Amino acid sequence: MLEINDLKASIDGKAILKGLDLNVKDGEVHAIMGPNGSGKSTLAQVLAGRDTYQVEGGSVSWDGIDLLALPAEERARAGLFLAFQYPVEIPGVSNAYFLKAAVNATRRHRGLPEFDAFDFLARVKAEMQAVGMKEEFLYRSVNEGFSGGEKKRNEMLQMSLLEPKLAILDETDSGLDIDALKIVAEGVNRLRSPERSLIVITHYQRLLDYIVPDQVHVLAKGRIVRSGGRELALELEEHGYGWIGEADAATAAGGPR
Amino acid sequence: MSAVASWVADFEARAPALPGASLPWLAGLRRRAIERFAAAGWPTRRMENWHHTSLAFLEEHVFSAAGTHADPAALVARLRAGETAPGHWLVFVAGRHAPALSAIGALPGGVTLIGLAAALARPDDATASAIEHAFGGSGDSPAALNAAFAADGAFVKIGRGVAVEETIHLVFIAGADETHRHLRNLVVAEAGSRATIVEHYPDSGDAATLTNVVTRIEAGADAQVSHLKLQQEGEQTIHIARLDARQARGAVLASHSLSFGARLARHDIGTRFDGDGGEVLLNGLYHVDGRRHVDHQTCIEHAQPRCSSREFYRGLVDGSARGVFAGRIIVAPDAQRSDAMQRCDNLLLSRQAEADARPELEIYADDVKCAHGATVGQIDDDSLFYLRSRGLDALHARHLLTYAFAAEALARIELPTLRQRARAALLARLPGADAMGELLEELA
Repeated sequence: MLEINDLKASIDGKAILKGLDLNVKDGEVHAIMGPNGSGKSTLAQVLAGRDTYQVEGGSVSWDGIDLLALPAEERARAGLFLAFQYPVEIPGVSNAYFLKAAVNATRRHRGLPEFDAFDFLARVKAEMQAVGMKEEFLYRSVNEGFSGGEKKRNEMLQMSLLEPKLAILDETDSGLDIDALKIVAEGVNRLRSPERSLIVITHYQRLLDYIVPDQVHVLAKGRIVRSGGRELALELEEHGYGWIGEADAATAAGGPR
Repeated sequence: MSAVASWVADFEARAPALPGASLPWLAGLRRRAIERFAAAGWPTRRMENWHHTSLAFLEEHVFSAAGTHADPAALVARLRAGETAPGHWLVFVAGRHAPALSAIGALPGGVTLIGLAAALARPDDATASAIEHAFGGSGDSPAALNAAFAADGAFVKIGRGVAVEETIHLVFIAGADETHRHLRNLVVAEAGSRATIVEHYPDSGDAATLTNVVTRIEAGADAQVSHLKLQQEGEQTIHIARLDARQARGAVLASHSLSFGARLARHDIGTRFDGDGGEVLLNGLYHVDGRRHVDHQTCIEHAQPRCSSREFYRGLVDGSARGVFAGRIIVAPDAQRSDAMQRCDNLLLSRQAEADARPELEIYADDVKCAHGATVGQIDDDSLFYLRSRGLDALHARHLLTYAFAAEALARIELPTLRQRARAALLARLPGADAMGELLEELA
């Protein structure tokens, strides 16, 4: 269970999240939609522990632990996963090494024996097949020279290998054609289980045709301005985000700016 | 004292006993060299090519042999044990050939691998002329000092069309009682020959000594020479070195400079295309920390058409250290279709670290491809966060990114055994090597 209360965060003195509340129960899939600049990616990065953002107030409790007190790597080992909107290229580090280091860091944390090279390869090859990645991508540098779609598949590969308890997908659908989108959605749907929660951040409702959310939230100017069921996404698709100005003004009226 | 006057006095005392002292041409050459050094003095910042590295402090500096000294025999045994193939070993201690520590092995016909002093003892005409040519080379005042004092060095000659399959290892160990050593190496690779040569200055102790080297490589038509210099000297050493190469038509030279040791290391690296269709790769990797200083100055003379040069230098600069690179490319008026490329990238590992990279292009031909670029940066925050977000702790992630930055330079070393050697040398310097063991296996 993830409980975000009145979360405020800024970057370089500029307030981005201005009192955000969100609860995600185990096993649920929540979609967060909103216009550009509304704070969607900031929310993802703050939850993952990026310290270029300053948390100015509020709390994030995750299964009873104070998430904000943990450094990024400990959040990851505890089972939080962020699929990056822009996965980073790391020349000189092979994908195989990277994936194995990541998986074993998590396994150590969970008290499981580390994979040796042989077991790891067997496991990673099976998962690569599932996300439609060729084996050669193991031996290339992390994301270097990968196309947009290949990078996103690599994110999905990491997600399935790391078996997170809470996965946040930051616009994983952006820049993907329909086939790649389906592969991403399949990867996500395979992971759905009663213990696992997902936050899917997206600008378009298209992805939600394939990943059916339990709840949809609209984020605008650093706050959740509306929540609803799946139909909210369809409504947004039809009417766009133009109405948000008024809604936001109404929600914000009582609070400090 | 290391004042110019004391060098001149020292030269007068030593000159009669230097190898080849009875050869008039050599005695004259040495005398002109010491006069040139005496007139010029140690380079200062006011001199061309020395803007970032002054040696003026050497005037007051006291070189000393006091300190710890590696046992040469044990050191050589360790180096040889690290190689998979037997190779050909020519070992020098305190600037003089050490036959007992050398292991030349079985050389193909037409190959000479001896000390320069030995070559001077009974020089045939060709040898004498090659040595005269090499000693007469240009260079600034430290090279002149070298020409005056050099008593030995490697003399490597690969006959026409001969391929030396195993690596030639030249190992230069500082001596226990010598405060300075001046080495003059000469590599003559005749037309169509092929050889791989490692020039190694291992860590031989913490004495505050001077190493002054001039290496000359003459690559004949279509010869292929791979050269790797590994500089791991003790952190009190002043290391001044010059590589002068000449490439005849179609000659291919790869020269890798790995500079990890010494308090101050200066590498002047130059080649000239004397025939068309030559290719050169100059690849460098340096690591300095503390208050150490490293300076690479390269010069590529495209004197003939249709030659290609590739330069890649990478620096890891930590502590309050400084890394300097300047790359000069000269394209002569007739050197059409020259293709030159130069890059220098530096990774600063601390706030006090400093790096300079400066290209200097002189292009007098019009049909030329010439590209250059330089960067000075820190570990990328996005990369660091990406690794941490996958559970790698921050320190491991930093080490990994540092190593990865350097690994690009290692990847350009074609021969796997040399690459392994370079990797081991790098890892010995970088923290966190243990945690990266697997990476090495996978990249091997």
